[in-house]
Amino acid sequence: MPKGIEIEINGKTYSAEYPPDTPLLYVLREELGLTGTKYGCGEGMCGACTVLIAGTARRSCQIPLSAAAGKPITTIEGLEKNGALHPVQQAFLDAGAFQCAYCTSGMIMSSVSLLRVTPDPSDEQIVQSLQGNICRCGTHPRIIEAVHLAAKKMQEQAR
Amino acid sequence: MSETNKLIAFEPERYEFHALPMHQFALERRDFFKLLGAGLAVFAVAKDALAQETAPGGRGFHNEELPKEIGGWLHIGEDGSVTGFVGKVEIGQNVRTSLAQTIADELKVPFERVRMVMGDTALSPFDMGTFGSRSTPTMTPQLRKVAAAARNYLLEKAAKQWNVPAEKLVAADGKIIQAGSSRSIAYTELVKEDLWVGRIPSDEKITPPQEWKIAGAPMEKVDGRAFVTGKHQYSTDLRPQGMLHGTVLRPPSYGATVVSYDDSAAKTMKDVVLVRDGDFIGAAAPTAASAQLALDALQVKWKEAPQISDKEIFAYLKKNANPSSEERFRQKQGSIEDGLAAASHKLNATYNVAYIAHAPLEPRAAVAQWTNGKLTVWLGTQRPFAVRDDLAATFHLSEKDVHVMVPDTGSAYGGKHTSDAGLEAARLARAAEGRPVQVVWTRQEEFTWAYFRPAGVIEVKSGISADGKLTAWEFHNYHSGMSAIESPYAVDQYTEYHSVPLVLRSGSYRGLAATANHFARETHMDELAHAAGTDPLQFRLNNLTDARMKAVLQGAAEKFGWPRKKTSEGQGFGIAAGFEKGSYVATCAEVLANPRSGTFQVVKLVEAFECGAIVNPDGLRNQVVGAMIQGLGGALFEAIQFENGKITNDHFSSYRVPRFRDVPQIETVLLDRKDIPSAGAGETPIMAVAPAIGNAFFDAMNIRLRDLPLLPERHLAG
Repeated sequence: MPKGIEIEINGKTYSAEYPPDTPLLYVLREELGLTGTKYGCGEGMCGACTVLIAGTARRSCQIPLSAAAGKPITTIEGLEKNGALHPVQQAFLDAGAFQCAYCTSGMIMSSVSLLRVTPDPSDEQIVQSLQGNICRCGTHPRIIEAVHLAAKKMQEQAR
Repeated sequence: MSETNKLIAFEPERYEFHALPMHQFALERRDFFKLLGAGLAVFAVAKDALAQETAPGGRGFHNEELPKEIGGWLHIGEDGSVTGFVGKVEIGQNVRTSLAQTIADELKVPFERVRMVMGDTALSPFDMGTFGSRSTPTMTPQLRKVAAAARNYLLEKAAKQWNVPAEKLVAADGKIIQAGSSRSIAYTELVKEDLWVGRIPSDEKITPPQEWKIAGAPMEKVDGRAFVTGKHQYSTDLRPQGMLHGTVLRPPSYGATVVSYDDSAAKTMKDVVLVRDGDFIGAAAPTAASAQLALDALQVKWKEAPQISDKEIFAYLKKNANPSSEERFRQKQGSIEDGLAAASHKLNATYNVAYIAHAPLEPRAAVAQWTNGKLTVWLGTQRPFAVRDDLAATFHLSEKDVHVMVPDTGSAYGGKHTSDAGLEAARLARAAEGRPVQVVWTRQEEFTWAYFRPAGVIEVKSGISADGKLTAWEFHNYHSGMSAIESPYAVDQYTEYHSVPLVLRSGSYRGLAATANHFARETHMDELAHAAGTDPLQFRLNNLTDARMKAVLQGAAEKFGWPRKKTSEGQGFGIAAGFEKGSYVATCAEVLANPRSGTFQVVKLVEAFECGAIVNPDGLRNQVVGAMIQGLGGALFEAIQFENGKITNDHFSSYRVPRFRDVPQIETVLLDRKDIPSAGAGETPIMAVAPAIGNAFFDAMNIRLRDLPLLPERHLAG
């Protein structure tokens, strides 16, 4: 077996005994049971597997384990704090911004990443940063609404 | 033929479902209480309410005296929880929420107390499947009748206890209350250790939509929190103890068969379960990567067979149509010959529709486990009972030894009717000595081995009189299907569906062939309107007698501001409408074409939709907008490309689906007809999108597009 690679996920450190070129997605889903991060295409085209690496949205199916080591990784499971939803999660609930919800984890992670850099995004900025995330159910208008809603909440909280 | 040969050869379903299997309820009375806790289990059914979806006779409840047909049943626990059991599944259409609303509304309990058990073959009543927009129209009256029967039963029980006439009592908020007094008793008190079975009269009084309180109001998705936290487990996320990851070796092209097989290297690999059964070859291992390594180590030679390619598909479909179509494929009203003879203007046109993929974001996936010769399978499917029957037939089991469960699924759109991943996982698991095996299709497998919305050729021959009235309408659909083949306009018509042997694996898709048939019909209607020199909206209204269809046309037109004046070059407006599965739709489109830059944009879509009494306006709006956006893909750019038995655009990078930038301004008009029973809404809202856009393109460019996808940019470039 290859030597374990240490990765930090949602504040915890794990040793993953996988080849270093294994995509992070498979380690999350198979080894760590963090199945909130979804497989949609395996080639970075759908965004279902989006996680935050050092706060920035990345497609975990395209990130080799070796490249993920040493950086804080956040998955959808790591957004909730002490039983309270992240404002983006709450906004998706409030806006009813999902149907089958299989894309939702990726949409939420991409939105969290956007709002970190752009606290009050325009429609165009939201479209730009979610363009890589596919929603097959066609919930796009409500997802845009949810991001605006979250932005508003987060700005209120920051005040 | 080995059993897995049969597995691969299993013919995909197409539009109609004939065989209704016989079923037995697997649970004994005492098992219900063990499973659900003490309380009241209510089975009640009105025979006529089940006309749509019952298997013929034979089903029973072992030796218990139960009606032969059960559509839905419910349990009221001593803790106050209410559980509704249906064979329908949740695939994103939010029916879990709307059915719970229906039960809460009729039983008079708070919404939060109701949960639904769905698509579980051991607990749910038999169900043909979640398709055809049938869940709302069939399950709403059935569950209401069951809930009304339960409520009345409790009311009479309280009346007996108090020795007062039942007419003096009312049900509200989970209690029976004596009118004009402070006396009340909670359902929880009344339901202790009870089982009531009754055949309710077909005219059992249920609450009319005008009096709905919990139904008819917007309601958040049940379990929404589990979805935004990533905690909900789809079939792809299940991780039972000891689970292996399975993967299947796919043939290099359609119709390829195994010539030689050498597993000498693969079978030395540690912890790998290898299966070859006819042309089925697969491996299971503790990680998906190690299962794949095993498949990579196999030496397999295939024999490939010549296949039709996309370049020749439409000519092929026309040429290979079955020369003698069945009687039920033909419909005739009045005389086409007389109508054409009376026409002052005649038009013939042909419309082509490409194969498209459902591309559900959660690919086909299943987990299977064998325990003492019994098989349990979890998978995302629209037809759990049909999957159970496939598994039973494939593995020579009795139906009662197969248990299928459907976790809420990452969408389907008509694409998850078959058993594929379940059969594959079960075959691998049979070799895995009791360990569960999961099979999750890759995106390329989805694009290649799932089935498609069939391609089609549609020919229309029509005539209009000098005053713009339709005089004749002849409509032929080759291969794509019969849904909505008849024109809703007032005209003498002849319609015919021509079946063609399958080229690519084909099956249901949201709305079935209704999208193809509406594209042809509503494009043709637009052509006739222009020929008549009449406004396209007015032309339709002039040829309609159906008031509901007029209402959606007028509703959409009013919101859109039809007729609109053009304010810029390249701007165009289009309208289209239709009727299918009990619901009506009309869509207006605004487009902007720029021939110089070769760019095209759908600027705005306005859609009016009417499906009778609305159960959950919030969920309905999500479905309608979702169908419109999904419809953009098939309208503008989605098409499966294939050559020599291979799908050549089997990635999201080459098969384009609608993304955020493709989404125009969208407005909806939901007409709530409380005087009309609720119809389904999952399909019809997709139908008029493509013809509305195509008609708007004509308005902008004076170029008529008769093929789907429209590929407008291609027509601008030249």
